Amino acid sequence: MGIDTTSIWAGIIFFAVFMYVVLDGFDLGIGMLYPFVKDRRERDIMMNTVAPIWDGNETWLVLGGEGLLLAFPVAYSIILSGLYLPLIFMLIGLIFRGVAFEFRFKANDRERPIWDLAFIGGSVTAAFFQGVSLGAFLSGIPVSGRSYAGGPFDWLAPFPLAAGAGVMIAYTLLGSTWLIMRTEGELQQRMIRLARPFGLLMLAAIVGASIWTPLAQHQVAERWFSFPNLLFLAPVPLLVAGAIVLLMWSLKRDPFRLPFIAALALVLLGYTGMAISIWPHVVPPAITIWEAASPPATQGFALVGTLFVLPFILMYTVWSYWVFRGKISGKEGYH
Amino acid sequence: MFGLAALDLARIQFAFTMSFHILFPAITIGLASYLAVLEICWLKTKRQVFVDLYHFWLRIFAVNFGMGVVSGIVMAYQFGTNWGYFSEFAGSITGPLLAYEVLTAFFLEAGFLGVMLFGWTRVGPGLHLFATCMVALGTLISATWILGSNSWMQTPQGYEIVGNRMVPVDWLKIIFNPSFPYRLVHMSIAAFLSTALFVGASAAWHLLRGRDKPAVRTMLSMAMWMLLIVAPIQALVGDMHGINTLKHQPAKIAALEGHWQNEGDKPLPLLLFGIPSMEDEETRFAVGIPRLGSIILTHSWDGQIKGLKEFPRGDRPNSLIVFWSFRVMVGLGLLMIALGVWGAWLRRKGRMHDTRPFLRMAMWMGPAGLVAVLAGWITTEVGRQPWVVYGVLRTADAASKHGAGTLALSLGLFVMAYLFVFGVGIAYVLRLVRKGPQTFENAHPPDGGPGQGRTPARPLSVPEPEAADRQDGP
Repeated sequence: MGIDTTSIWAGIIFFAVFMYVVLDGFDLGIGMLYPFVKDRRERDIMMNTVAPIWDGNETWLVLGGEGLLLAFPVAYSIILSGLYLPLIFMLIGLIFRGVAFEFRFKANDRERPIWDLAFIGGSVTAAFFQGVSLGAFLSGIPVSGRSYAGGPFDWLAPFPLAAGAGVMIAYTLLGSTWLIMRTEGELQQRMIRLARPFGLLMLAAIVGASIWTPLAQHQVAERWFSFPNLLFLAPVPLLVAGAIVLLMWSLKRDPFRLPFIAALALVLLGYTGMAISIWPHVVPPAITIWEAASPPATQGFALVGTLFVLPFILMYTVWSYWVFRGKISGKEGYH
Repeated sequence: MFGLAALDLARIQFAFTMSFHILFPAITIGLASYLAVLEICWLKTKRQVFVDLYHFWLRIFAVNFGMGVVSGIVMAYQFGTNWGYFSEFAGSITGPLLAYEVLTAFFLEAGFLGVMLFGWTRVGPGLHLFATCMVALGTLISATWILGSNSWMQTPQGYEIVGNRMVPVDWLKIIFNPSFPYRLVHMSIAAFLSTALFVGASAAWHLLRGRDKPAVRTMLSMAMWMLLIVAPIQALVGDMHGINTLKHQPAKIAALEGHWQNEGDKPLPLLLFGIPSMEDEETRFAVGIPRLGSIILTHSWDGQIKGLKEFPRGDRPNSLIVFWSFRVMVGLGLLMIALGVWGAWLRRKGRMHDTRPFLRMAMWMGPAGLVAVLAGWITTEVGRQPWVVYGVLRTADAASKHGAGTLALSLGLFVMAYLFVFGVGIAYVLRLVRKGPQTFENAHPPDGGPGQGRTPARPLSVPEPEAADRQDGP
């Protein structure tokens, strides 16, 4: 054969989770930006920039989950059982956040604050516990045999909690730059003012993670600082610096699409950096993708359809974004 | 002792989250197809009632769909968080089926949902209809994959066990496993029936309050046609499903009939009432119709089926639960047929919309479809016990190893979140129903210029009749 379906599946899951992080990232970021905007009409506009697309954005999370199940069943079992509580909290956050999209517009004036709160609280909870899960995952998941060997509260440690904060920062930055692109006037100005501090916090988070992970885990240090890896990986920090400069410059000079693109670049770099750190493990530090792989009959069967269908998904997703393109203003007689 | 408690909590959590979830897809599947039909009728006839009804049900669909999405994500993750060993053992087979559901159904629904809900003025009428149809198609594709996966767990084939996991051998056999076609048709029809009863009940509620509008009458008429034609078909499909189950899961049938042992060549009665007892191995206070059990189950005058006593004690599903859940489902099904026939009889006399006892029954039957769906799923899932993959993997071996405290915490959170969120959600759905269909004024949106989006003349969230209907609007 010569085709390593296991690596391809690792790539597909990497891609699906990245799509999720970026797309639902700005959705969740909007929820976390709600406390900075009090006016009801402005909140309507913020929500309406993502109302037609949030469901599709969230679907990438389901694809990531089911991809993991089919291609690496034992990893799915260990990771989801091991990160039990953070994932349950995340799911409950996503429930409150998700229904708020519809309920908020169905509520009367007395009830609306409840769904504003559900939108904020759900977004914060989901983002934070995604970060906690990520942090706990990167810190390593204790395994004995083929099951999880840690305790239910292993994630209550400095690194996962810091990662929770990091993901909140990243999503808020994505949310603010998305809104810069999709809104105008006073709301857009406020987002520009907010994007600056969140950009700097994002830089701090990336620098912090880059120092903390190699110090805590010698495998990561080896991966990044051994020769010749160092040579190949040297551009990563340079690209991060470039993206930050682009973000700050564009916020000042050209606050339209560029800030969002710069924020995307930052998230992509941070995300790729993590993947480089753990490769080729699917349950760090113990299980590699090949050790966890499902049989070729499974990976092959699923791969054929996935490679066929994914381009169509991307096409109609782009189309639906295109239908709802442009600035959203309050003039069209929103609720 | 403690392990047992944890397993029970995990099972309660699955049953609770699943039971809530299935209500939403059942209505989503039915309403999506109904909306497609309404939009086709509108484009063909240009009659205002259809566009009014489309936008009335679209709002309800949106709320219902949102609840289905968020409760569905929980299900996708629960296989790993709570049923880790099942996922590890059988994930190589169920995984691709669920992944194909995401790829061919969830994305399709989500990708076109935005245009369906908010795109009326942004795309042309043909493209909008296309979006509605894609969403409807997505709901049916989703049902196909998930029922394929569930049916395979009920009647597994096309696999072998290598080491400590199941390995696929023949995908066609896996997908088209023996119970799949019956379960797929039975559940899809159940979704249409649940929706028809819900739509019919909404119309009946308005008619009983004297809000007799053409749109309301159309609603009632369409719902009753659906019921008249489909409810009897469902009875036939259900019968075939039962015969199929008898062949592949005889213990389930014995349990749901409360049948413990054969006595000589005596034909089986159909029990209408009884209290099956797992300890005493008998069905107490049994009241039945002689011979009818044989006729229904074996389609012969004096056929017999295996009694529960022929299965080891450890392999018997709980008869008390499935005996009654099955009877609730069948009883409601018979009431549905009756309602459909009554409606047809009144329709001939032109009295369907103003016969109050009939309207009252239609109103009270509103939730009957959903209750029957729940009862049916309880029957088939409890009836599969003690197996999670029938005959291969026991439920007790399938769970992740969590402490009872952890599971009690997550279950408590789910119960509180679900009761609040979905309680309010269902209240919002009923509030929308109460408003009734309104005249939709933007039936013919202006064309945008070439390359331009059409004028975004409407709000971007699903539109609602404005302030007049708000209880305390500004």
